Amino acid sequence: MLANRPSRTTQPAVATAANTSDAVTLLKVVDLSVTYRTRRGDVMAVDGVSFDLERGEFLGIVGESGCGKSTLLFAIAQLLAPPAVVTSGSVNFRGTDLTELTEHELATIRWKELSVVMQSAMNALNPVKSIGSQFADAMRAHGVRSKPQIAERSAEVLRMVGIDPTHLGSYPHQLSGGMRQRSMIAMALLFTPDLVIMDEPTSALDVVAQRSLMLQIKELQQTLGFAVLFVTHDMSLVSHFSDRLLVMYAGQVAELGATRRIFDTPLHPYTRGLLDAFPSVRGPKVPLTGIPGSPPYLARLPDGCRFAPRCPVVEDRCREQAIDLVDVDGQVVRCIKYRNGVVIGD
Amino acid sequence: MATLQVPVDRATGTTGSERAAGRIWRAVRSNRKAFSGAVILLIFAVLAIFPGQIAPYSPLDDNFGRSLGPSAAHWLGTTANDQDIFSQLIWGTRETLIIALVTGALSTLLSMIMGIAAAYLGGLWDLTLNTITDILLVIPTIPLLIVILAYLPNNGLVPLILVLVVLGYSYGARQLRAEALSLRGRDFLEAARVRGERSLYIIFVEIIPTMTSLIAAVFLGTATYNVVAAATLQFIGFGDPNSTSWGTMLYWAQNGEALQTGQYLWALAPGFGIALLSAAFALLNYAFDEVGNPALQRVKLRPSGPRRSAVLLERIGARRAR
Amino acid sequence: MRFALRRLGFFAVTLWACLTLNFIIPRAMPGNPLLVMMAKYHGHLNAKALQAIEVAFGIQTHTSLIVQYFEYLGNTFTGNWGMSLLQTEPVSTVIRGALPWTLGLIGVTTILAFVLGTLIGIVGAWRRGGWLDSVLPPVFVIFTSIPFFWIGMLLIMFVGKFIPTYPTSGAYSYGAAPSLSWSFIVDVLQHALLPAIAILITSIGGWILTMRNTMVTVLAEDYVRMARAKGLPGWRIMFDYAARNAMLPNLSGFAMSLGFILSGAVVVEYLFSYQGVGNYLIAAADSEDYALMQALFLLITVAVLVAILLADIVTALLDPRTRTGG
Repeated sequence: MLANRPSRTTQPAVATAANTSDAVTLLKVVDLSVTYRTRRGDVMAVDGVSFDLERGEFLGIVGESGCGKSTLLFAIAQLLAPPAVVTSGSVNFRGTDLTELTEHELATIRWKELSVVMQSAMNALNPVKSIGSQFADAMRAHGVRSKPQIAERSAEVLRMVGIDPTHLGSYPHQLSGGMRQRSMIAMALLFTPDLVIMDEPTSALDVVAQRSLMLQIKELQQTLGFAVLFVTHDMSLVSHFSDRLLVMYAGQVAELGATRRIFDTPLHPYTRGLLDAFPSVRGPKVPLTGIPGSPPYLARLPDGCRFAPRCPVVEDRCREQAIDLVDVDGQVVRCIKYRNGVVIGD
Repeated sequence: MATLQVPVDRATGTTGSERAAGRIWRAVRSNRKAFSGAVILLIFAVLAIFPGQIAPYSPLDDNFGRSLGPSAAHWLGTTANDQDIFSQLIWGTRETLIIALVTGALSTLLSMIMGIAAAYLGGLWDLTLNTITDILLVIPTIPLLIVILAYLPNNGLVPLILVLVVLGYSYGARQLRAEALSLRGRDFLEAARVRGERSLYIIFVEIIPTMTSLIAAVFLGTATYNVVAAATLQFIGFGDPNSTSWGTMLYWAQNGEALQTGQYLWALAPGFGIALLSAAFALLNYAFDEVGNPALQRVKLRPSGPRRSAVLLERIGARRAR
Repeated sequence: MRFALRRLGFFAVTLWACLTLNFIIPRAMPGNPLLVMMAKYHGHLNAKALQAIEVAFGIQTHTSLIVQYFEYLGNTFTGNWGMSLLQTEPVSTVIRGALPWTLGLIGVTTILAFVLGTLIGIVGAWRRGGWLDSVLPPVFVIFTSIPFFWIGMLLIMFVGKFIPTYPTSGAYSYGAAPSLSWSFIVDVLQHALLPAIAILITSIGGWILTMRNTMVTVLAEDYVRMARAKGLPGWRIMFDYAARNAMLPNLSGFAMSLGFILSGAVVVEYLFSYQGVGNYLIAAADSEDYALMQALFLLITVAVLVAILLADIVTALLDPRTRTGG
């Protein structure tokens, strides 16, 4: 389970808060690809994804089920498990490539600078340990050993998310769904990391709880100043809170840009389809549209554009070769219809 | 509906049964352990079908010397009853294999009925059938078998098989029931119900093919267990002393104090045969262990062959990317 | 709480099923074995002993089957198990003599196999792809499929060849009087070693395999991934997060498979002429000493049921979901 890590004899220079300048991007993902290597063949779940993330920025990653967004998250957080393997690219956290670090080196970064919030707290929390002891585990793993310190910090983060600290002694199954999610977020903030990666943390909740949780996350983000990578399939939900959006399709980046820009002028037909599928509650009545068809089998991809089979404005030349990303005035898109601007490459 | 429409998978053009059979064949072929198990089984099958051609003498022929060591005439020597050990071993393959396969098949059938029916019918049926199964599961089998066989006036092959089947189905039934229960809520079954298919149809055409790997595993597990259980009972003396199976050989060896008097081959040969046969079943079973649960698949760290069926994606895609 | 009641209920039903089976089987068999047995006893036991047998079996031919049944049940619960033909003493005495030997041998060996097997299984699952994981499972699968008694036979053979004076039968040397002296204890341990090894070898494989498989499933769970994300040290993830959760279903499996282990142990006792409960069971069955046989059978079954109940209790105590939620 902990295999596949190179072993190194020297300590790499990990950029810390003390020596980082604002010029070093917080997170720089370059051409990242993840493949599932199984006996029956390889499946590339993430294909050449690149993006930057600055300090305090909120980036939403949207896409259908199976587009590879969760795999992407786990790859960034260095949490992949066999048979998934990073086959190319790098994940540069404050200048250091995380994919090159050993498990031991990663441990110093984990949770202190980079933490994770998962989709279902019921599954992400150890069912046989109390919330408090799971908080304590994290703290003890990073050098905080004194009991009063642990207790104080645990109570502090719980209060931050609006939970009474008496619940530290409770077990996960004793809390309500919303409380569980919030305690997971509290746990992620134990060391006020610079980057919090969230994998659909609200999809297990009802609509009302979803919104209140999102508001809380946004508030915490603005108070504590951490960057957020937020994966979801619900575009309308994340759009109110994100600075930028990354739309994924079939393992690739389909579109990437400022949230407002994408909502005002969606370039990729898939993005347009997604937006049309979530009509505004308050706007004029429009017919409900969806995107016909289903995502491609990643094991058997078509030549040319991966969205072609479902695209409402497809042309013959779309199916001929693979499409590269182009930059259209700050908005990145993978569609043959756009040629102006600089070709970025895949 | 006038004719029975068997659903065909859109992407690969196969039916449920075809996919299941393909899965099994692939699992066995690609897994080294399972493949070696299959080879061993094949060899035993040949011995069982053509014993006369391979064994030099009749197993009950008893006019050779007593307790002779191995020689050119008697590869494994002779017993204390002046019989050729090697011939007995070869002829014993047939009965031992028959016991294994027949009890395995009948027991699996009983497991399927008790397990799948209980899961599908639910309610009081489930409670009753399941309680019976659980009781039989808990009671130690060999002691119960001993008790039953002790009361029987004669100890032939048929009562042995019957008793083994009735008492040995419980483990498999439990596994099948658990799997059937988890399948009950699955979407493709809901779809079948909504289409208006009859229950029996759903059970035979949708549920059972999906469970083929587990059923195969149950069969192999039961066969393994029954080979050993039958041999054990015969060894203790509850089998037919005149039969030619390996367990009976062991019985006579124990009676003839083979171990104490240095006639090792007499005791070792049939024991080795039993061990090899049940190991063959167990090895085959190992392939299905991993097919049933993808998390157990061996981790390969090098790139492998061309991409294949979409069944794989179903499992990975559905579990990983959300 | 409801769960506990359900388990107790199952316990009671199974016990009742065994008692009833004991009652029905001889009466359902062709050839009426009970009357045959009575005829055999006539020449060997005095009238009082015969009376005891009749009572133990509920053979009062002038009363109805139902009455016989309830008398039989009553007698069983009051410890009135009749006379053993084999030993010409009360069944309860025979059992009292044989039970401690079996408990000692099988009890200790089973627990040892469980603990060792579980540990090896945990480590094997943790280091997936390592040598332990690829070599051990098939090796132990093969070992588990080998009959208990054949391993025992192999042991007897090897020991007999290389250490001819080592005892290979009995619980203690013939003629030695049981006492708490050191030499006697050593004698007992010597005699118990080979049967213990036989049982250990064949049963440990199952534990290793099931623990490894449960661990592998648990290791794929989100909370293990989360523990990794938190940067927890490997050993803590392995034990505190993975093993603690994987252990729970295994514990219940332990009790379930106790029946299987006892089956094998019975045969091992026979092979080594070890004077335990299993050996007596087979001897009784062989010589149609039905009173002793059915009492021993009940005993073995009750032992398994008690073990299951204990395992359930321990599981409930370990799992906070049953402790607090119910």
